[in-house]
Amino acid sequence: MSRLSSLSVHELLDRLAAGTCTSVAIVEDLLSAIDQCDPTLGAYLSVEREQALADACAADAARADGGRGRLLGIPVGVKDLLNVRGQPCGCASRILEGYKAPYDATAIARLRAEGAVFVGRLNMDEFAMGSSTENSGYRPTRNPWNPACVPGGSSGGSAAAVAADACCIALGTDTGGSIRQPAGFCGCVGLKPTYGRVSRYGLTAFASSLDQIGPLSRDVRDAALLLRVIAGHDPRDSSSVNVPVPDYEAALEQSLDGVTLGLPEEYFVAGLNAEIRDAVQAAVNRCRELGAELVNVSLPHTPYAIATYYIIATAEASANLARYDGVRYGLRVKDAADPVEMYGKTRAAGFGDEVKRRIILGTYVLSSGYYDAYYLRAQKARTLIRRDFERAFGKCDAILTPVAPTAAYRLGEKTENPLDMYLSDAFTVPANLAGICGLAVPCGLTGDGLPIALQILGPAFGEPTILRVGHAYEQSTDWHAARPPAAAPENSDS
Amino acid sequence: MTKDGYIPSIGLEVHVQLRTRTKMFCACRTDFGQPPNTLVCPVCLGYPGVLPVMNEQAIHLTVLTGLMIGARISEYSKFDRKSYFYPDMPKNYQISQYDQPLCEGGTVTIALDGERKEIRVVRIHLEEDVAKNMHFGTSSGIDFNRAGHPLMEIVTEPDIGSPAEAHEFLVTLKQMLAYAEVSDCNLEEGNIRCDVNCSVRPADQTALGCKAELKNLNTFKGVQAALEYEIDRQTELLSGGGTVRQETRHWDAEAGVTRSMRTKESAHDYRYFPEPDLMPVVLRRELVDGWRKTLPEMPRARRARFAREYGIPEYDAGVLAADKHVADYYERTVRCPANPKAVSNWLMTEMLRLLAEHDKDIRSIPLRPEALAELIKLLEDKTINMTTAKELFAELFNRGGMPGELVAARGLTQVSDTDALERMVMQALEQNPKSVADYRGGKKAALQFLVGQVMRLSKGKANPKVVAGLLTKKLDG
Repeated sequence: MSRLSSLSVHELLDRLAAGTCTSVAIVEDLLSAIDQCDPTLGAYLSVEREQALADACAADAARADGGRGRLLGIPVGVKDLLNVRGQPCGCASRILEGYKAPYDATAIARLRAEGAVFVGRLNMDEFAMGSSTENSGYRPTRNPWNPACVPGGSSGGSAAAVAADACCIALGTDTGGSIRQPAGFCGCVGLKPTYGRVSRYGLTAFASSLDQIGPLSRDVRDAALLLRVIAGHDPRDSSSVNVPVPDYEAALEQSLDGVTLGLPEEYFVAGLNAEIRDAVQAAVNRCRELGAELVNVSLPHTPYAIATYYIIATAEASANLARYDGVRYGLRVKDAADPVEMYGKTRAAGFGDEVKRRIILGTYVLSSGYYDAYYLRAQKARTLIRRDFERAFGKCDAILTPVAPTAAYRLGEKTENPLDMYLSDAFTVPANLAGICGLAVPCGLTGDGLPIALQILGPAFGEPTILRVGHAYEQSTDWHAARPPAAAPENSDS
Repeated sequence: MTKDGYIPSIGLEVHVQLRTRTKMFCACRTDFGQPPNTLVCPVCLGYPGVLPVMNEQAIHLTVLTGLMIGARISEYSKFDRKSYFYPDMPKNYQISQYDQPLCEGGTVTIALDGERKEIRVVRIHLEEDVAKNMHFGTSSGIDFNRAGHPLMEIVTEPDIGSPAEAHEFLVTLKQMLAYAEVSDCNLEEGNIRCDVNCSVRPADQTALGCKAELKNLNTFKGVQAALEYEIDRQTELLSGGGTVRQETRHWDAEAGVTRSMRTKESAHDYRYFPEPDLMPVVLRRELVDGWRKTLPEMPRARRARFAREYGIPEYDAGVLAADKHVADYYERTVRCPANPKAVSNWLMTEMLRLLAEHDKDIRSIPLRPEALAELIKLLEDKTINMTTAKELFAELFNRGGMPGELVAARGLTQVSDTDALERMVMQALEQNPKSVADYRGGKKAALQFLVGQVMRLSKGKANPKVVAGLLTKKLDG
């Protein structure tokens, strides 16, 4: 019998409801799995052992009393930039060392209200800036399929832990692909909701017009389950949209009959890695076998997406990160003659190189004399990219693409030239710029045994469609059941 | 025109704290005078992960201000981030409005020495206030209670022509804002702050001269004094062949001079960009029209109406209309009904005096308009005399109640019956032979003294006119 920590959330909920296991047993097994594989992976920055067990115990009692939270007693991993009251919220940065969140993010509060147990803080690229988790202020996280490789980023800790059975389900965030790409690199499911679907209150901001919180999970059903809990309008977030939250699980039961899937020619370019293309093509074919119709679509402004993204995201980040100055919380370098000197020394010591690089870039594109040429122009390009998708979704229900141009690469391979890292985001950033939703599901392995993923993009608030497509595809293959070599052992006693 | 033939041009940037219950972007209260860092939350402290939420009341009050001055209310406006680093900035950017403010245009009419002048307003926009830096010897502290207060910034064209006009502008603006309850406009609480731009030019030059910006002007009188100094300074410079440098100058109220604030950097680059956490503000015509209907009658119009409708002198109307709440109280009393001139007299004399003495707001006193109307009627009926009336007024002011009841309960009715008064008149005459002799010797003023004596004997209840009549008859007869 599989150990508890390797089961999906919906399977755990079934067992909890049936009384065949307890939440305490789940958490204990999970903590043991973490002990077994996290020394290699480094996915967790901290584990809340005592609190998680206490909360699990309380959940068991609540369940015995008739409590019916949707995630009652389920342990959830949290990316280190979501505020959980009383827990560190360091954003994997030294500048927030010692900072403990005085409040719950709205998404966290909603999970808490449904009985979720917060088991630990997951590693990430510092302030979500990166695509490999190598920019963490503490240490890199390793890919459970090959520990010499990156897990992707910036939600690398979340993806690695879920894939390695060291986490049942995790929260990540996606600004330019930071849920979808690590999910793809680690062979788990990752969902970026429509911008405005999930409240950003309590999500430490990187790029305000691009950030979204979403699940990384073992299968599509789990992602649907979690999204249902965290989605919804929040009066504390003026960018959250007042659109009703549908029953995302109900969307899963439909077949692909009558669904039209678009294939954008700009994503299947000649130079695309052959293994990636073959695996994605096979997934596309499978979707057609399952009843979907395929059409070719065009997203002509795709080549401008990276530049557009790196101008807008860094501009917003340069302002969002200005608050880290040592005055009110976090690191303060005290050896300074005046406040301005203190700011300089604190930020120099507290921020990593990539964060500094992006702050400078963002400051530059907003500066007097350059604003029109860079920031304003990028916002105009962004409108064109959004319109590309609107036009395409007039011809199809969802769009299929690869998640990344390559599978996971070796640690240190792309850190020489930051631009190499930036260019690898080409397939994921357009969805953030357009504000639409996207789902990554595993669809193959390279010859080296590294995961390949299919990206399913949907129109704004089209989560039911992409979950439906993802679920139908997933259930027709075994990719989601594959276990990486560095996963926690299948028996808890090993 | 200055005495040396130079023409000053003055523009003001007035920051007004709005009278909202809560801060601009969070639910913290805006009460003044609380212990430091007690009216704060993660949002106004700029903690990681927080987001701003617009205060609708602040937008309403800003639009009302724009309507009062005849500005154009923007159907579409937005907020922008204004970036700079400073300890009193929780986020190191301030949420403000850059190129699409809430209101544009408009005028404020000032009256000085009987002449009216229209001062054009460029724009009115909304932003959040910064925290307060405090310095204690070897350390400094920051009080974030003020951080996030809604701040309305009103920018004028350089139409103001003299320090006196600038002062009058501020007084007029303050009255308008207090009238519409947009701001408490309390200088001590820092509700209204002012930066001033000032330049001078020779009379034969049309282009404006180079301007200096004056900061640290904490009172309206300070604005006037600083401008007087600065205009003299610039005039002297120019007439001596020098040039005025475009710079920021700090007003030192004690020394009575402005000093250049030499800073290392040149003009700030605030790197404005649209605030991505807030949606644009879209104000439909119907909404603005609805708000327009909630505007109170403005002071100037009210003054004219008082004079016309109630037949009271311009001077009275002016005093009564100056404060909205006093004006409201006046009208409520007159409508009881009560004689408009009598009400005016009581308010202008006893009421304003007691309000000032006890530092009270007319809205909070127990003396109700209905009680004042009754008091006036009792006096008109000669039921009581003026002395009694004034005593009753003071008591009603402090403790409330209705004068009719008090008169009945204490037997304060004026004694006018001549038989009753005869005895006291005889007594007063007997007790004061010297006054009698003075009066008969030609000092008519001695009569008043004798009236006073009868008043004393009657414990204030005698009708002074009847007493005077009785005394005169006896003294002359």
